[in-house]
Order: sequence, then structure tokens, then C-alpha cells
Amino acid sequence: MSLSLEDVRKISSLARLDLSESDAEATRSKLNGILELVEQMQAIDTSGVEPMSHPQDVAQRLRDDAVTETDRRDDFQRVAPQTEAGLYLVPKVIE
Amino acid sequence: MINASLTELRAALDAGQTSSVELANLFLDRIDRLDGTLNSFITVDRARALDAARAADARIATGSAGPLTGIPIAHKDVFCTQGVLTTCGSRMLSNFVSPYDAHVVELLGRAGAVMLGKTNMDEFAMGSSNENSHFGAVRNPWNTDRIPGGSSGGSAAAVAARLVPAATGTDTGGSVRQPAALTGVTGIKPTYGVVSRYGMIAYASSFDQAGVFAASAEDCALMLSAIAGFDPRDSTSLERPAEDYSLALQQSAAEPARPLAGLRIGLPEEFFGDGLAADVRAAVEAAIEEYRRLGATTVAVKLPNAKLAIPAYYVLAPAEASSNLSRFDGVRYGHRAAEYGDLDDMYRKSRAEGFGAEVKRRILVGTYVLSHGYYDAYYLQAQKLRRLIAEDFRAAFTQCDVIAGPTSPTTAWAIGAKTDDPVQMYLSDIYTIAVNLAGLPGLSHPAGFGDGGLPVGLQLIGNYFDESRLLGTAHRYQQATDWHLRRPAIAA
Amino acid sequence: MSRNDWEVVIGLEVHAQLNTASKIFSGASTAFGSEPNRQASAVDIALPGVLPVLNRGAVERAIRFGLAIDAQVAPKSVFARKNYFYPDLPKGYQISQFELPVVSGGTITIRVGEGDKAYEKTVNLTRAHLEEDAGKSLHEDFHGMSGIDLNRAGTPLLEIVSEPDMRSSAEAVAYARALHALVRWIEICDGNMQEGSFRCDANVSVRRPGGPLGTRREIKNLNSFRFLQQAIDFEVQWQIERLEDGGTIQQATVLFDPDTGETRVMRTKEDAHDYRYFPDPDLMPLVIVPEWIDRVREQLPELPAAMKARFIDDYGLSAYDATTLTASREVATYYQAAVDAAGQAQAKTCANWVMGDLAARLNKAELDVTASPVSPTQLAGLVTRIADNTISNAIGKKVFDALWNGEGDSADDIIEAQGLKQVTDSGAIEAMIDEVLAANQKSVDEFRAGKEKAFNALVGQVMKASRGKANPAQVNEILRRKLGG
Repeated sequence: MSLSLEDVRKISSLARLDLSESDAEATRSKLNGILELVEQMQAIDTSGVEPMSHPQDVAQRLRDDAVTETDRRDDFQRVAPQTEAGLYLVPKVIE
Repeated sequence: MINASLTELRAALDAGQTSSVELANLFLDRIDRLDGTLNSFITVDRARALDAARAADARIATGSAGPLTGIPIAHKDVFCTQGVLTTCGSRMLSNFVSPYDAHVVELLGRAGAVMLGKTNMDEFAMGSSNENSHFGAVRNPWNTDRIPGGSSGGSAAAVAARLVPAATGTDTGGSVRQPAALTGVTGIKPTYGVVSRYGMIAYASSFDQAGVFAASAEDCALMLSAIAGFDPRDSTSLERPAEDYSLALQQSAAEPARPLAGLRIGLPEEFFGDGLAADVRAAVEAAIEEYRRLGATTVAVKLPNAKLAIPAYYVLAPAEASSNLSRFDGVRYGHRAAEYGDLDDMYRKSRAEGFGAEVKRRILVGTYVLSHGYYDAYYLQAQKLRRLIAEDFRAAFTQCDVIAGPTSPTTAWAIGAKTDDPVQMYLSDIYTIAVNLAGLPGLSHPAGFGDGGLPVGLQLIGNYFDESRLLGTAHRYQQATDWHLRRPAIAA
Repeated sequence: MSRNDWEVVIGLEVHAQLNTASKIFSGASTAFGSEPNRQASAVDIALPGVLPVLNRGAVERAIRFGLAIDAQVAPKSVFARKNYFYPDLPKGYQISQFELPVVSGGTITIRVGEGDKAYEKTVNLTRAHLEEDAGKSLHEDFHGMSGIDLNRAGTPLLEIVSEPDMRSSAEAVAYARALHALVRWIEICDGNMQEGSFRCDANVSVRRPGGPLGTRREIKNLNSFRFLQQAIDFEVQWQIERLEDGGTIQQATVLFDPDTGETRVMRTKEDAHDYRYFPDPDLMPLVIVPEWIDRVREQLPELPAAMKARFIDDYGLSAYDATTLTASREVATYYQAAVDAAGQAQAKTCANWVMGDLAARLNKAELDVTASPVSPTQLAGLVTRIADNTISNAIGKKVFDALWNGEGDSADDIIEAQGLKQVTDSGAIEAMIDEVLAANQKSVDEFRAGKEKAFNALVGQVMKASRGKANPAQVNEILRRKLGG
């Protein structure tokens, strides 16, 4: 499996990473190097093996339904790029 | 004092031979003097450290000091620290002052440890050399033209150069053990789930685990005891009773001359094959010989799927990372591009400017392997290999109590040697990554030196929750040897 | 070609906000209407390093729902990340369930249409899964920018997905209404559609009857039953016209504009085809043990379907009446309380009162049945007095009005105080009849000439003379006797 420049552009777009034309080829070649390494996996027959998502086989712990958080908006928004009237501002959202 | 163990520092503090403020100043001065060269810290907060030291001194005076009260430490900059810059080694967070403390930071703060600052790291903990930091490469105290390993290279270098007696780190694919090995210090990563990940900026959530660095296993035990334990804020934190890892170290051996009698050490043939540098092999084999002298027996074990650990890891970790790092979008915190068009353009530019090359590569790999049509071939296949690798360890531990081998196939390499070849960089974690896939505890301790006087580390891998055994085993070795007491010239 | 040559296929996805106190993965409050971002905790705004912990209350509500629709509650289900970028989605992914949802299958029976044309239909459900709500983008102009409020982010949602079983907007609305009643009935969602607690997405396609399924378009975020109906009707018409003009339908997500009554394609769903779902590594599998399910089952109230069947079988109500009385938990509870107080023999009468006078008065006063000035016990007292002939049905309406206006604590009080007790003394009735006959010779003559209507006029006069209190049956009988009938 080898990525084309078009693939790289598509993935970059999906990941919201601006990719300059000059970087695209270098990125493609490095990604293909990594995918080649990864490709070794395909040689192994894993039929019947259950996928492993977590190192520990335990059940999700549940929290009681209680309000434990207090308003910390001012602390949180101190590090925000742009806010107004308690809202985070972003370029106009068009649905 | 600079070379004292945590136990010695504790005794000196309790006896009034020194004060926490004095210790803080001593190490802060060393940072001022040496870190211009090493670049192991991103943030040093003298005023805050001295405030904490004064509070520690007051506590010591009341006689209510704990084992770490007044001891200077440093945190890897992956841990959120309230009111202190928390960058994760990234331009993305170069202005992020965290509004809250990580669980680990909270616990060490409560124990009275004095944080001197935040250590340098590979951006978002992605890297094996600490060259992927927005704040510049960290230098190895043993040879400043060399890398210290990564991603917790700043913590490892700082402890090796005695800029601080102990530090925290995180280990996703070897990021505590490998830099510990390359800088000649002791480092442990516990079983996945033993230390809460709350407030630890996520790289790959099902692998990330906090660990610690110090000169010796004994010091590591004190640090680990302080940060381990159940935390309800992390759904993957395990509900187990708190453990005092120092206790196992204090037990006296039945046979003083052969303190490790009865211990079975597994030696996986896969860890001693091609690709292992001769100088590292020699040092590791000598260390294993020492273990035999101490009474341990060795047994050959097999980890047949271990060679697939790197391919599986470089599917799963980037997949998780690509999702974990989506929150860095320039909306609520972090870098936002100065100029942009519409919303999407703001996202694309902010993220492209905020992340470095390796982070972007892993995001792209992760995005690709999860994308439509590739999930089964990559992600699911890697998860199945993950199980096979965990099963290999399970089988091996029916034959032995701990597994030993080299931590890293080589000693520290020259800065810049692998920066242009990510795959070569990835392969340097060949002995550590399988441990993270399985979620097992692993420790690296100094085991001599290779060519050019560079440190070699020996890795001990334990079964789940066998941290005490790992620390106890390394401690017996360190009682019989002095590699862990050697210091680089810069630390003199 | 006409509309009749096409079959409409509709499936609904409903997002019901679960009425927990705290959010699904954080301890922040879910209360509606606070100032922007004041209920957005570190987890809700996705600060670096924070982690989700699952709310037991949200899971319990999902179990209730699964049991209420007779579905499978999964012993093990998995949370997955649905990855996409949007400013109201702080993590860049939504925690949802994908391959293994908490609830699978189940059915809801709906009643569609009115009168003779009414029919029942069983709608199959595909699944219901737990997920977190997103924040809100406010599009008022902030110097050409949008404002993001994350108070709603992390509110627990149960996404309820139906099979494409509906064949008209009327069926879709009937299903949505039944579901809305059910989630309120089992108290897992407040159902407030204005506040967005219950939101419908409709997947709509058309096909030739018996042909393969057409390409569907998804209408997003319909927050009233009226809009649901209008949007589906417009969409169906649009699709049919397009296909009949030789065009094709592209799969798309569309929004309904209530002002124009039209649907239009949404712009922000470009990546919809690739959400890169994978199991969330921050959360372990959700395990629900049988004992937990049993506990929840024990606490479930009687469900509308069971109650409806009981009303038909035990109380002899018609299917229509039973459906109407179980359309909401509140009405059903009121009705049940009235029957319990009046006795099962009065079940039909109670039904008539609840669906008739009471419903009309509540409707006029814009009151919910829970706020009714006439309590179920009061209504039962009234019904009892009609049944035992203490008052007539006509006086009963007077007494009801008096109860409504708070003129007395019970029907008996009002009957006593206002002297409304029915006159059953034959002598007294005879005297009244004699007076009326004497004063209405014309009507008497007409009756004798064969005009039956004149008899009714005389009855009316007698009732009037008694101020409505004379027993109508007795009046009838005595009058007929006196007129020589």
C-alpha cells in the first residue's frame, strides 16, 4: 500500500492540517516509509484472535449522577484565543 | 547533597542538617548554571519552588513530614500544573497555563515534594530522542553532542546531571525506560492503570502511563509510592489498594550472599538477536551474570510476536493520537493562527503551525489507518497482534518471574543522526514497545557503559502489578554494584 | 404519474436528552438556560489531559427505555469515538456507541389517523445508544464571528433509531408522538421540544412500490411535530418531482427552514462519510449485569401498551378511548385515580368525563391535567352521585363547573349547599307536572293529536319548573301516565 499525493492531501484535509505544495512530496515519502514498516503486520494470520483495546479486561466504572462541578468559566477562558460575553469566538459557522 | 539519595535527603532534612529552601536553592542554582547547555527544562519557577520549599520546611518543623516533603522534583511538561505553563513540548501549547493540576502533580504536591520546574520533552511525547521539542533538543549529560533519549528526555537528563534528584515522566512506547537507559539513571513505568492519567496530556490513551526517574530503584520506589493508586477521575485507573513499594526493598534476604536466590529471570532470545550493538550486549550480559551471582537463575523464553510490536504500535498509537489531538483546534486554548479565512482555514492553519513535523506525521498515519476502508486491515489487525503479544508475555511468565534484556539496542546516538528517518527512530524502541502493548510494568537501570563511556541500561519486565518485584530485584543489583552511582563529568 | 405511484419510506432518529442532574461524562449540571459556558466543566470544554467517567443515571435510563420497548439490553456495550471537526464539538470527536449499542431491537405500536380510517401499526426499532450532546453555535454577529456556548456539551443523549417502517408523514408523526409520550412516561426525558430535549431527524426516500429502496436524504433537527410533518411532506414532494423530471437523488443531510417550509442541503457535513469510529480508549466496556436489569424492571411503572390493554379488557373501553387515555402518563394517572375512587363500574363514565368536559375545560384554560382544579377524587365523587341518581347528568355538569371554580370541596358539598339534590318524591313531581299541564294546554292538545315532540316540550317544562332537579326518568313515567299514554 502506497499513498499518492492525492491521498496525502485528502488525509491532511480530514485531519485539518494545512499542507503546503512544497511539503506534500516529502510528507508522502515519509508516510509511505512508515506504512511500509506497518505492512509487516499483514503477513500474520490473526483469524480467530479477539482484538485487544485495553491492557486490562475490566468493566467501565460508573459515577453517581450528582453535580460536582462549579462554574470556572473565567479561569478556563483566560487561556482562550478569543472570547466575548462568555462565548468562545470562531470564524462564522455556516450550516 | 547533590548526589545524595532521597532517603539521605530525607534524613538530612529531618535532622535539620539542611532545609528544603536550601535544597531548592542548591538545585535551582545548578539548573541556572548547567541547563543552558542541557536544555532539560522548559520552565523553571524559582519563586513558586521557594514558596513550596518554605511550606515544606514549616511542615517538617511540625514533625508531620512525609517521605518526600521538602524534596526537589521536576515534572515532565506533559503533566498539567495549575498556574504554571504546560506546553507538552509544543508550539500549540506554548502559551497554555493550565487551570488545573494533574493527579500526579496533585499527589506529589500533597506529599510536600517541591516542584522546581517542568522538563523538556518530545512534542506530545512523540519521539525517542527529544529532538522533536518546540523548545529545542535536550543534550545528554554524558556527552552533550548526543541525544538523551525520549520522549521524557528532559526529566532523564535533569536527573542524570543532578539538576534535580527525581522527576516524573510518561511512557507510551518506552519514553521512561529508554531515556533512563541512555542517560544512566533508573526509571520505572508501572502496570497500565496503576497511575491515574488525569491531567496527563494524552498521546495514546491505551498505552500512556506515568513513571518516574531517579538515581536508584530505592528512590524510584519512594516516588512511585507517592503517585500510584486509584483515581475515580480516570476510567482506566484500577481500583486496587495503595501499595508502598519501598517495603519490599527493606525486607532482608534469607541468604544475604545470594539475595536473589529463587528468582527466575527469563531471557527472550528475540531481545538478543541482530541489531543489538556489541557494546550494549556485552554490558547487559555482564549485568545478567551479576544477577546470577546474586542467586537468580536464568531461563530462555520466547516472545515470538515481539517483532510485530513496532508495526502494531505504529498503527494503534497514531490512531489514538490522531483523535486525542483533535481538541487542539485554536478555539478554547492553545495556538490560533494569526491570519486565516473561514473556520476550516483557521483549523488547518492553526494546527499546521502549532504542531511539529513528527506530530503531524503521526496524526496523518492515524487518520489514514482509521479511515473508511482501511480500518480492518490496519487498526483491527494491529489490535489482534496486540493480543498475541500480550499472550506471549503471559506464556513467558509461566516460566519466569521477571524478564530481562537490553532497554535500547544502542547507546545514545549523535544529535541529528536519525531526525530525517522516522522509521530508524521508531526502531530504537524495539525492546520497550511490546511492554506497552501488553500494559506490563517495566524498569530500566544502569548496567555499565558502552563505547565512548555512554551508559547502557538493562530492562526488567514484570508481570502485571509486579512493580515491587521489579524494584526489589533492581535494588539488590544496585546494592551489589555501583553503576547507578556513577555521574557524568558535568554533574561533578 | 402522480404521487400515488410512489411509496414513501421514512425512518426516524430521535435524540432524547436524558433528564440526569449531571452530564454523561462530567459532574457539570445539565440544567437548561444558564449563562454561556457557566456549566461547561474542564471535561466539557475538553481541556488537555481531562478524562470521561460515565454517569450511572444515564445508563439506568437507557435500560428503562430498552425494557419499555421490549428490546435487548446489551450485557456488554462499547463507547466509540466519532471523529469530526466542529466548533461545538470540543474534543474533535463525539463519544457515542457504534458497533455495540446498549439497546437493540424493540417495537412501538402507534395509532394513525382518526375515526373509521384509524389503524394501528407496529414500528420496529433498530437500536438506541448513549452519546453526548454537542454545544451550541450562536450565529448572532460578533464582529463577523460566531459564538460558542458549551453548556449543552456533554448532556446525555439517547439516540433512538427506528427501522424505515413509516410510509407517510402521518405515521412518522404518530411514531414520534408515541415515542415522546413513552420517554416522558418512563421519566427518562422531560420531552421539552422548545428547549431541544427531544429532537427528530428524518431519513426520507421514495420508491416505486415493491422496488428497491431509494436514496435517502436526512432532515436534521426537527424540534416540533408540526415541522416534522411539514418537512417530510416538502421533502417527499421534492424527491418525487425531481425523480419524475428524470433527475436523481444524492444522499445528503438537509435542514428544514420553517419560514419557507423548504429543505436545503447542509454545508458543514463534508466529512460525514468518514467519521473514523474506533473504541474510545478512555472508557472501558459498559457491562450491565442481569441483576441490574431486574432491579430497573421492578421499578418501571405500568407501560402505556399494558395499561391500554387493561382499559379495554377490564374497563370495557373502546380502543380509541383507551389510546386517548394512555397518550400521556399524566392523563392516564388521572384517569386511573378517578376510576379507583369511583369504582370499576364507573370506568366508562369516568372516561367520558376525562375525555369530554375535563379535557375541554383544561384545553380552554391551557392547563396541564396535573394542574387541574378538579382532582380525580372530586371527579369520582361527582360521577358517583350521578350513578346513584342523587343528581342528573345535566346537574352533574353544573356541579363540575362549581368544582372547577372552587365553590366547594366535593360534589356532595356543592349538591348540599346549592340544593341540587335530585327530586325523586313522586308526590312532588306529580304536583309539578299538574301545574305544567295546566299551564300548557296547547302542548297537551298537540301531544294528544299525535305530535310526539310536544311530549318532550312538556318534559322540558317540568324540568325547568324543578330547576333541573326532578328525576328525568320519573318525570317521563308520570307524565306519560297522566297524559293517558
